[in-house]
Amino acid sequence: MQNQTENCHMSQKVLLTSKEVNIILHRLACQLIEKHHDFSETILVGIQPRGTFLAERLKKLLEEEYNIKQIALGYLDITFFRDDFRRTEKPLEANKTKINFLVENKKVIFIDDVLYTGRSIRSALTAIQSFGRPSEIELLVLIDRRFSRHLPIQPDYRGRQVDAINNEKVKVNWIEQDGEDVVYLVTSLEK
Amino acid sequence: MKELSVNHLLGIKYINKNDIDLIFETADHFKEVINRPIKKVPSLRDITIANIFFENSTRTKLSFELAQKRLSADVISFSAAQSSVKKGETLIDTVNNILSMKVDMVVMRHASPGASYFLSKNVKASIVNAGDGAHEHPTQGLLDSYSIREKLGEVSGKKVVIVGDILHSRVALSNIYALQMQGAEVKVCGPKTLIPRYIESLGVSIEPNLRKALEWCDVANMLRVQNERMDVNYFPSTREYTQQYGIDKELLESLNKEIVIMHPGPINRGVEITSDVADSGQSVILNQVENGVAIRMAVIYLLASKIQ
Repeated sequence: MQNQTENCHMSQKVLLTSKEVNIILHRLACQLIEKHHDFSETILVGIQPRGTFLAERLKKLLEEEYNIKQIALGYLDITFFRDDFRRTEKPLEANKTKINFLVENKKVIFIDDVLYTGRSIRSALTAIQSFGRPSEIELLVLIDRRFSRHLPIQPDYRGRQVDAINNEKVKVNWIEQDGEDVVYLVTSLEK
Repeated sequence: MKELSVNHLLGIKYINKNDIDLIFETADHFKEVINRPIKKVPSLRDITIANIFFENSTRTKLSFELAQKRLSADVISFSAAQSSVKKGETLIDTVNNILSMKVDMVVMRHASPGASYFLSKNVKASIVNAGDGAHEHPTQGLLDSYSIREKLGEVSGKKVVIVGDILHSRVALSNIYALQMQGAEVKVCGPKTLIPRYIESLGVSIEPNLRKALEWCDVANMLRVQNERMDVNYFPSTREYTQQYGIDKELLESLNKEIVIMHPGPINRGVEITSDVADSGQSVILNQVENGVAIRMAVIYLLASKIQ
């Protein structure tokens, strides 16, 4: 990261304000309830590392404001299922996987903050098989980067669709981690 | 730095504390993987590993094989007894023949100290030392520290005594290096004939009395008497060894605190350790075996990620 700031400027634009993020979260929660009712056969799975904040936020919302009892939530780390092992300079940064229940015959909802190439989700699809055979798998993302897919993977629930080009990065901040609920579009301009 | 500082695992003396921390972090993840319904990850599907064991082994060989298969690597095993080594082939030739079948990594156990180091300088593959004579057994050293960390929270500041045949033990040396690197204090205890003469130069102190050693320590690592490496009689009889350096329930319970009991295996029940101690709640012997698979998965995964 230090090398990057020496050589280029970053310009940052707000894509979603706190208020907009909040409204979207409520809307996503309602869409989930519409399909999954009381969530008795459903499991939310946050994709590490950043899907976990969104997953926890949605669980909290569903339990506290919409009175759904006891939503099952797990965290899935996909580091060992990536398809770029030994093909990239990026070092290993695995996080915890915590799925304390069988997903056999359950409806699984993968939750991630940004959907970009789709490779993380492909890895997650393989990884979840280690825990059983879900009856259905759906995908929920806060930001869908529309034309950047490398694989035929699309979300079932999307917060906002964004058209972003390659040197732009979508950064999702959460209150718990970064002090605010805001989504930025960060462009790195090389000198 | 999230990768190892070395391209081979030849001994604890060649790695540093960051490497140990990285291996332990990675092993934590793999420990979770081996407790899932499907205990496999696909990461090493394009890697082939040869396990070459010139000395007998059950536990280490199985542990390595299992670790490799859980990572989805292709595994071939070779044991000296049924091999061309009997027909007079040299070590380098044996290994190069195997490597020309496009093998990426070699896990080797050999009777000569330095054999893996020698191999790493002469063949093109990633080498893991599974024990070279009485020199080092790095994965055992790592899994022993990992087991201490699991039971006691951390290794730093802990007092560990290694008991038994230190002279012929590669487990002892790897443990000494690993424990000291993590800030633990190490003592050795055993018959004078089985303690190497200049061991204190490694920063390790000697305690000839077993009871005193056990009262001092937090962890006792009991070693097996390595009869197969003994060219002369190092003590008068096995019974005398057991009386002075064997641990039993009475001795364990008479100590003023609860210590952790470890053993690299195989156990000689009734010699260095009695059944009731080996099977007691203070023993982590079977955890060591489970941790061995996770540690070996971590080591192999991290070394494989450096193969071009």
